[in-house]
Amino acid sequence: MSRSSLWEYANPRTFVETTDKVLPPIAWAAALCLVVGLIWGFFFTPDDFRQGSTVKIIYLHVPSAMMAINAWLMMLVASIIWVVRRHHVSALAARAAAPVGIVMTLITLFTGAIWGQPMWGTWWAWDPRLTSFLILFLFYLGYAALWAAIENDETAADLTAMLCLVGSVFALLSRYAVNFWNQGLHQGASLSLDKEENVADVFYVPLLVCIAGFVLLFIALVLLRTRTEIRARRVAALIARERRA
Amino acid sequence: MRALLLRDLRLAIRAGGGFGLALAFFLIVVVLVPLSVGPNSDRLAIIAPGMLWLGALLANLLSLDRMFALDWEDGSLDLLATSPMPLEAVALIKALAHWITTALPLILAAPAFALMLNLPGAGYTGLLISLLLGTPALSVIGSFGAALTVGLKRGGLLLSLLVLPLYVPTLIFGAEMTRRAAETQEYLTPMLMLAGITCGTIALLPFASAAVLRANLR
Repeated sequence: MSRSSLWEYANPRTFVETTDKVLPPIAWAAALCLVVGLIWGFFFTPDDFRQGSTVKIIYLHVPSAMMAINAWLMMLVASIIWVVRRHHVSALAARAAAPVGIVMTLITLFTGAIWGQPMWGTWWAWDPRLTSFLILFLFYLGYAALWAAIENDETAADLTAMLCLVGSVFALLSRYAVNFWNQGLHQGASLSLDKEENVADVFYVPLLVCIAGFVLLFIALVLLRTRTEIRARRVAALIARERRA
Repeated sequence: MRALLLRDLRLAIRAGGGFGLALAFFLIVVVLVPLSVGPNSDRLAIIAPGMLWLGALLANLLSLDRMFALDWEDGSLDLLATSPMPLEAVALIKALAHWITTALPLILAAPAFALMLNLPGAGYTGLLISLLLGTPALSVIGSFGAALTVGLKRGGLLLSLLVLPLYVPTLIFGAEMTRRAAETQEYLTPMLMLAGITCGTIALLPFASAAVLRANLR
């Protein structure tokens, strides 16, 4: 079946039909990447000569941190689409992404603390990156709480979309404000495409597999949760119609 | 617009609560700080800039939920929305009224509270300028949060969860500016950043608040 435009997927039925076909391959690919990447990373890479085996937490920490930020970006895009074109699937996808983002942020904070204890000698430091991640976590919590608090679905979608837009600006502002406020303990970026010095290839390749696994996992979870939301919405509509009859 | 501002101010003064309550809350915070960290005046001098800012911020938060809630309950918000005045202007006026009734008394009382917390003498100018520059941003951001939660029965706790992360940049630059002033360092950079945040929020956030209010009123 050919689709003339991307916006066809804004039709909930088309969305569900398409994800019926797409979801299983994505989920399996995510599982495969994660199994291969994590086993490879944990058991078949050498220990770092200074960090020992603690370096291996990178295979959870880095991908989850990337997804925590990218989940918010995805919510931002979905919110803009909702504000501009008012496609319900878009609002539901933003709603579906929030809990996944919360979990990713938590994984990042926890793995970071576990790594920081032996390496920095502390579980937590008020470092700019750590602090801005904690603030991102608060933004996620507020967003999810606002969704949960409002009964009318359409109003909730409107309000959370505005919160997401405003919150993105402030999250970005906070990210740079905390740089001003304290010097960093966290190392800089070591995976950039345009830098001379990066992580060594032995660590880099399994890390890429893990990142791919996390991206696929995120897509699969968001699609699954969006389908659940659509079906919940449909059930609610059916019950409402039943009552009226 | 002036009529709306005067009406809000009059309501805040005559209905009681809003006007003096924030000030009393600020006072209590200032009293609780030495009780919790000990009366050592050197230690108080170190934490005074941050505590004064934190107290001002929390006092500001306290009266936010009343900003739109009363008008929402008695229906005057609907009338305001249908009046020829744009809803953006209504949001801005409400924030201004909140600033005058909550933040202005705080700023006037801040030197006395700073004295109680043993703020070093050089810090007073910095504290006053930073509060004058920073609190309008708090009120405007707060009006956005208040607009978000206006339709909720018990929105108070949710309001703080939504608004406090948005306060982070203002708090950082405001407290940093006061701290630098207290330690007789140069504080132009945080001052300019604070002014920038305030100007930006005043210029842009009323549009977001109005959009949110329209969604709530629909």
